[in-house]
Amino acid sequence: MRIENPDSISKAPDGRPDRDQPAWREQFPIDWPTDDFRSRRDFTKLLGLTSLAFVVGQIWIVLLAFRRRMPLGLPEMEVASPDELAVGDSKIFDYPRAGATCVLTRVASDRFVAYGQKCTHLSCPVIPKPEKNCLQCPCHEGVFDLATGRPLSGPPRRPLPRLRLKVSDGRVFAVGIEEGVL
Amino acid sequence: MAVPESHEFFLDPGRCIGCNACVQACSECDTHKGYSMIQLDILDRASSPQTIPVVCMHCDSPTCAEVCPADAIKRTGDGVVQSARKPRCIACNNCVLACPFGVPKMNTGMHLMMKCDMCYDRTSVGKKPMCASVCPSQALYYGTREDIGRLRPRSQPIHTFQFGGQEITTKVHLMVPRRPALFALDVGSAFRLAPAGDGGEDPLLAGMDGGALA
Repeated sequence: MRIENPDSISKAPDGRPDRDQPAWREQFPIDWPTDDFRSRRDFTKLLGLTSLAFVVGQIWIVLLAFRRRMPLGLPEMEVASPDELAVGDSKIFDYPRAGATCVLTRVASDRFVAYGQKCTHLSCPVIPKPEKNCLQCPCHEGVFDLATGRPLSGPPRRPLPRLRLKVSDGRVFAVGIEEGVL
Repeated sequence: MAVPESHEFFLDPGRCIGCNACVQACSECDTHKGYSMIQLDILDRASSPQTIPVVCMHCDSPTCAEVCPADAIKRTGDGVVQSARKPRCIACNNCVLACPFGVPKMNTGMHLMMKCDMCYDRTSVGKKPMCASVCPSQALYYGTREDIGRLRPRSQPIHTFQFGGQEITTKVHLMVPRRPALFALDVGSAFRLAPAGDGGEDPLLAGMDGGALA
């Protein structure tokens, strides 16, 4: 049983309508509009344009990478006031723009670390675990080193982007991003 | 682009003077690769100067495409049956043998069946086919039905042909005398009857009232 194709203009020799015709007539139609004919040139064009798209995509990725490496000139922002955090405490803040969530942790009385909170695996927010000296991602049990941001276990393979911090008079400022992109 | 529906091809063999201009012009169509796909049939030179230009009739149920084992012969949406697709044609000659009008030709050098495609590169952009544009007697006419009705008041176009048990309707029209009124040309009757020579009665029109050219 076939459905009527509006593009079908040729009649079968027996004169019966399309729906009474055998299935092979649908697969080998005479009418050009109902045929899926691809010429060699079309196929070559498809291959060529697809390859070109890949090349353009690669060049685009390279350009993006160059852009990332350029000094961004990020603003200096105060993220924690004096004695706001006890040792082992954390604070969530947005840096350098709203929505780019970062997490600041006081690992020692004179040492702070801050990382972008997006897990480098699938962008879940990571949770600092100072008692285990790591940051943990709850989604797929990814674990990052709290001191360096390097992945320790789980699916992530890239380190967390680390924020450059400046401490003066107990106040903590974010002044830039060391690696990666928020 | 498509062939405009208002324009149709009319074949009027009675006007053919056998000048071969169409044969020459056909080979100059851009898509015909320098080969002529029209043929000028000489009927019976001993008894008549009649010649008939043979162009593809562009059947509604193209026998050439029906018999093609390689699915190479295609008909465009506007009803023009194209030459065999080069990547598919296997040069088996089925279409050459099957066509009731004897249109497809095998180009043995190129292993490709080439046939009249109504100069699709020209007609699809609104131009006349090469043959119709050069025919001095307009035995090959490309234009509207109103125009040909005005120009040839004693003729009528038909596009139904009976080949034995096979009835064929075509996109190209054949001009036949208006009287006797004729709706289909029974080609097979020519073979069933005795050769015309006894009384001069046209075997093609036998059985119709009158039986003589108007």
